[in-house]
Amino acid sequence: MAGAKEIRGKIASIKNTRKITKAMEMVAASKMRKAQDRMRKSRPYSEKIGNVISHLAQAHPEYQHEYMQEREVKRVGVIVVSSDKGLCGGLNTNLFKTSLNQLQEWDEKGIEVDICVIGNKASGFFKRIGGNIVAQATHLGDSPQLEDLIGLVKVMLDDYSDGKLDQIHLIYNHFVNTMTQDRRVHQLVPIKAVENDENLQQHSWDYLYEPSAEEVLDGLLMRYVESLVYQGVVENIACEQAARMVAMKSASDNAADLIDELQLVYNKARQAAITQEISEIVAGAAAV
Amino acid sequence: MTMTIHVDVVSAEAEIFSGLAEMVVIPARMGDVGIMPRHAPLLSPMKPGEVRVMKENGEEEAFYVSGGMLEVQPHTVTVLADTAIRAHDLDEAAALEAKQRAEKMLTDKQTDVDYAKAQAELAEAMAQLQALERLRKMAHH
Repeated sequence: MAGAKEIRGKIASIKNTRKITKAMEMVAASKMRKAQDRMRKSRPYSEKIGNVISHLAQAHPEYQHEYMQEREVKRVGVIVVSSDKGLCGGLNTNLFKTSLNQLQEWDEKGIEVDICVIGNKASGFFKRIGGNIVAQATHLGDSPQLEDLIGLVKVMLDDYSDGKLDQIHLIYNHFVNTMTQDRRVHQLVPIKAVENDENLQQHSWDYLYEPSAEEVLDGLLMRYVESLVYQGVVENIACEQAARMVAMKSASDNAADLIDELQLVYNKARQAAITQEISEIVAGAAAV
Repeated sequence: MTMTIHVDVVSAEAEIFSGLAEMVVIPARMGDVGIMPRHAPLLSPMKPGEVRVMKENGEEEAFYVSGGMLEVQPHTVTVLADTAIRAHDLDEAAALEAKQRAEKMLTDKQTDVDYAKAQAELAEAMAQLQALERLRKMAHH
């Protein structure tokens, strides 16, 4: 009965693996619900501030903020949002593929790139390929705080204000539903005006700014960019958990298939051993 | 009928209030302002303080905000409350920290992105994944 013992051992080990993937699947499912909840909660803020920005684009301000002015692109900043942990299918790999295509496109145009990384995976990847990383934020956990991102965003915005960067982009996973995650490349700065709100007065108007247009717009646009990055991070976490849940589910299913197949092989081996034993006994008896 | 104005109070991590009001009192940077319907468009930062919403039925609701931005349009008021404590120095420190983290990680960094190499590695990984997928399918038949 050669091999039967090994097969039994293999079955036991696959069963253990399945236990782990099953547990991870359930943990991811419950974390995903919380992450989706957080995503929903943070949406009103980004919607509202987006409205304000679109109003601003329709106003006729005397003062034009630098974040709203296009300039010739020589160097861009890119913020890449990834997960801290692996075992979430092709989520990060696909994101990096998108990033690389984008980076190469810029490279061909002779545009230099500064990278800001969020999450361990991006940090490891861009370090390995030798990207020019200027800031990073990792270990944000499952419930990131806006505070954790302020510094990172400020590094990019300061470089933009100093004229070192001419555009800032955000690359992240957009949560469509549990099965689908979309890679997005979003231009943060210069800010692109969004759709028109028809409720607004059509004639020429401008805001009253207190204390001054410059100070107000500085604060507002900075918060706008931060809210976009925060929204990206929160969505990415929901994507991560969804992708992990799906990956772990398919791993558990695969384990079940493997166990079935191995069980069959084991049964056959056992049956063959028994048949052989019987024929040996019969042959022995006949010889006597 | 009294005139009302739509008020939204939101923070980055939650929606705090959304509804109609006769008047809102908001701690703007230059001092508290009372906003009533048909106010002129206004943008202002806020200082820490209380946002008070006087509703149609005479009730009053109050929320504490630690700062943020305020937008007024003739028929809507949007209060964007900060969740983080903001100050120029704090922001500077945070930015410095983010930079230092990156520098620390990159102590042994190489220059120039090797796209060809990275893409080859990625292609290899993708091919491996596809091969696994095929193997898995074959095992089923």
